[in-house]
Amino acid sequence: MKAFRRIGAKLTAAVGVTALVTVSVFAYFNIRQHRRSLLAEVERHAVQLSEAVKSGTEYDMLLNQRDRVHESIKRMGRQEGIGRIRVLNKSGAVIYSSDEAEIGHMVDKSAEACTRCHQAGSPLERLAMKERTRVFRAGSGEPRMLGVINPIYNQPSCWTAACHVHSRAQTVLGVLDVTLPLALVERDILRGQAGIVVFSVTATAALAVIVAAVFRRWVDEPVEELLEATRRVAGGDLAYRIQPRSDDELGELARSFDDMTRRLSEARLQLFQSDKLASLGRLAAGVAHEINNPLTGVLTYASFLVKRTADRPELQEDLKVIVRETIRSREIVKSLLDFSRQSVPRKAEADLNAIIARAAGSVENQFAAAHVRLALDLAEGLPRAAVDSNQMQQVFINLFVNAADAMAPKGGTVAVSSAARTLSPVGTMPIKAALCPKRHSLLDPEVKVGGKPSIRVKVRANGSEGLAYLDPVYGKAGHRHAGSLESAAPALFSCPECSLSLMKEGASCPACGAGVYTFESPPKGMVEGCARKGCLWQRWEAVDGSGQTEFIEVRVSDTGSGIPKENLDRIFEPFFTTKGQKGNGLGLAVIWGIVDNHNGTISVESEVGSGTSFLVRIPVKV
Amino acid sequence: MKQRRDILVVDDEAVVTAAVARVCGQEGLSVDQAEGGPAGLAFLEAAEYRLVLCDVMMPGMDGFRFMAELEARGVRAPLVMATGYSTVENAVRALAQGAVDCLPKPFTAEELLAVVRRGLACGRLLSAAPGRPGADALPFVPCPARYHRLGRVAWASVEADGTALVGLDDLFLKSISGVRSIELSAVDEVLGQARDCAVVVAGDGTRHPVMAPLSGRVLRANAAADPVLVEKDPYFEGWLYRIVPQDLDLELGRLTPCSSDRA
Repeated sequence: MKAFRRIGAKLTAAVGVTALVTVSVFAYFNIRQHRRSLLAEVERHAVQLSEAVKSGTEYDMLLNQRDRVHESIKRMGRQEGIGRIRVLNKSGAVIYSSDEAEIGHMVDKSAEACTRCHQAGSPLERLAMKERTRVFRAGSGEPRMLGVINPIYNQPSCWTAACHVHSRAQTVLGVLDVTLPLALVERDILRGQAGIVVFSVTATAALAVIVAAVFRRWVDEPVEELLEATRRVAGGDLAYRIQPRSDDELGELARSFDDMTRRLSEARLQLFQSDKLASLGRLAAGVAHEINNPLTGVLTYASFLVKRTADRPELQEDLKVIVRETIRSREIVKSLLDFSRQSVPRKAEADLNAIIARAAGSVENQFAAAHVRLALDLAEGLPRAAVDSNQMQQVFINLFVNAADAMAPKGGTVAVSSAARTLSPVGTMPIKAALCPKRHSLLDPEVKVGGKPSIRVKVRANGSEGLAYLDPVYGKAGHRHAGSLESAAPALFSCPECSLSLMKEGASCPACGAGVYTFESPPKGMVEGCARKGCLWQRWEAVDGSGQTEFIEVRVSDTGSGIPKENLDRIFEPFFTTKGQKGNGLGLAVIWGIVDNHNGTISVESEVGSGTSFLVRIPVKV
Repeated sequence: MKQRRDILVVDDEAVVTAAVARVCGQEGLSVDQAEGGPAGLAFLEAAEYRLVLCDVMMPGMDGFRFMAELEARGVRAPLVMATGYSTVENAVRALAQGAVDCLPKPFTAEELLAVVRRGLACGRLLSAAPGRPGADALPFVPCPARYHRLGRVAWASVEADGTALVGLDDLFLKSISGVRSIELSAVDEVLGQARDCAVVVAGDGTRHPVMAPLSGRVLRANAAADPVLVEKDPYFEGWLYRIVPQDLDLELGRLTPCSSDRA
């Protein structure tokens, strides 16, 4: 039964039923008309025949040549397609008949041939043409017949004829009764009916099949693909894409679905990273505190022993290993702390090209040994960017070393290029102030999104209230919702301080039609956004209008082993490593954190076997 | 009359206090170990110490509250803050509250001894100051009034052109056994407030890292900063760096104005 719950099946059924009804009605009237016209034809034929017989025998009758009349009628009656021809006189006796056995018999007035005139007391003398014909059966089981009664009226020639059989007073002298069997006609009718029925059924069936095929192709399949996609996405597979072929509304829906999943996966990655970084920050702080105490014990005693065993070189060597490795552990803990962004970047205007060159210089020797060449293609006249030089240098060193590692052991070339780019502010511009109409600040330094104070608003939807922490980066989607607001219903935003509404009256989201919230971000005017959870539309006219943001774009490409697709989404995760013992899985996570702290972005493209390319974008102005 | 002891080490981790006691004890210093702030205060009731070494993160009473308690009780012993959670905030705050130095954990025996020796020297120098009237008798020169200092380690002076000069505090220099050499960061490197920006190698070979008072890119490192000049004129000719400061307003607020020393 499941098949019948499908939209295609339902539509097919609906079209099929409509077609069936239409065709049936058409067939019904067609059959009726067909039947009528055939019968009318037979009737006309019968009447004509009747008239022919009448006029053919009239002369013989006037001459009272009974034998000739008899013979004529007999012969005519033998013709194929003629049932019986007979002449009855006024009293009902059969005078002539093609069926000789009948001659002389009296016909009862109630006989089917007579009832037309004799049914109402005194007999009718005139009959309309239509009333002269009748369709009857000689008996049950007998074939149907068409009878035509042709009254023979008294005429002057009749009473003046030499035979003097008829007197002048008579009106009707007798009746010519011609009957024709309808078997042939009925067979035609049946054949016609059968044809129409077969046609109707075939047409309906063919229509149903075509419609079903069309629906399957245009409706069922795309809907199934969409369903499958929603299932996959709901199951957490945000990399799933429909890739629709059609250009109709369903194709458009599928494309917007793909677009939605793409943005969702980006947002999730961002959110995931921020969450992970935040929890890792706490973890790192805890670990740093906990592990540094035991490390202090090890390091202090070991270094103390080194001092005290100056006269015993065989012990010193070993103790120095302990000291060295403990100091290494100390550096790891320190890098964990650095990574956890306890250390805020210290930005100053710097020339990124110079930083890249410094980073390149510091890995030169290491690379030469590994047969790796650094090919720098740095754009001249780049604007200076506000960055933490040390951190950015670390970013580039890490990227260079990763690239070299990917090409080990045979080596190759790491291509590094820099360029100035102008990009849209969406997703890059931080919202650094947010005020309600009563000028309460909405920024909440307690709850951070992406490491920056979030914009806290009170949200009311479906009768329940909660708080939402909006992503303080324009166009970024790291909004967090607290409380019981699970639904994606349109919500009303208000200031958590004074409860004054933040909704923009009369405005609706151009993306989904829900309400629009707005707050002031001095000195850059009003920020607007969609109040429906899940809708990511935002507008910030002052920023949109001020044009685009200048970025410095640095691309680091290698021709190494590449990164498998399933790992691409994970490489920026802390502790994710493909280097086994060699890496601690923090390198790219640290880079991600640093770039994010600079309001920049980092992305990766990779093809297994042909290489990987990292793209870092750093805004020129903070 | 209170008993006189050299060092009180306060830490919730026994292994740390034991390690300090072991290393310093070997140097002939008397060390008491207190597991936590309240125990440390109890020791301070019973004895007078030449130096207190205290952890930041301790359950119950943290290092900052412990410092405040010392202040309230009029304990004059210099304090070195040891921390496993070395953030800029912790270091700056500890120095602003009067700690003579910070010691990030984990530390080697050499690092510990370098800080301890310097701390003891600071204690001597500071306790010599108030007892004697007359500025010329002061065993160290305080920084000029318009300067700002990070603890008693380094000073910063904002110049008219917007750059800042960074140098060493005289107490820092006097607390080590003469300057043998100074290792500086290179031009264009970026200093971070309360992060190590230079290492002063003392006459006895001990290495003393110096925390930067301000963040900023190094415009010039003072080529003339030879040990003799720095020791002789730490506040003027003996400056270390000229930097382009970054977050001047915020960071300056965390430093101690030298003018407050004259009040």
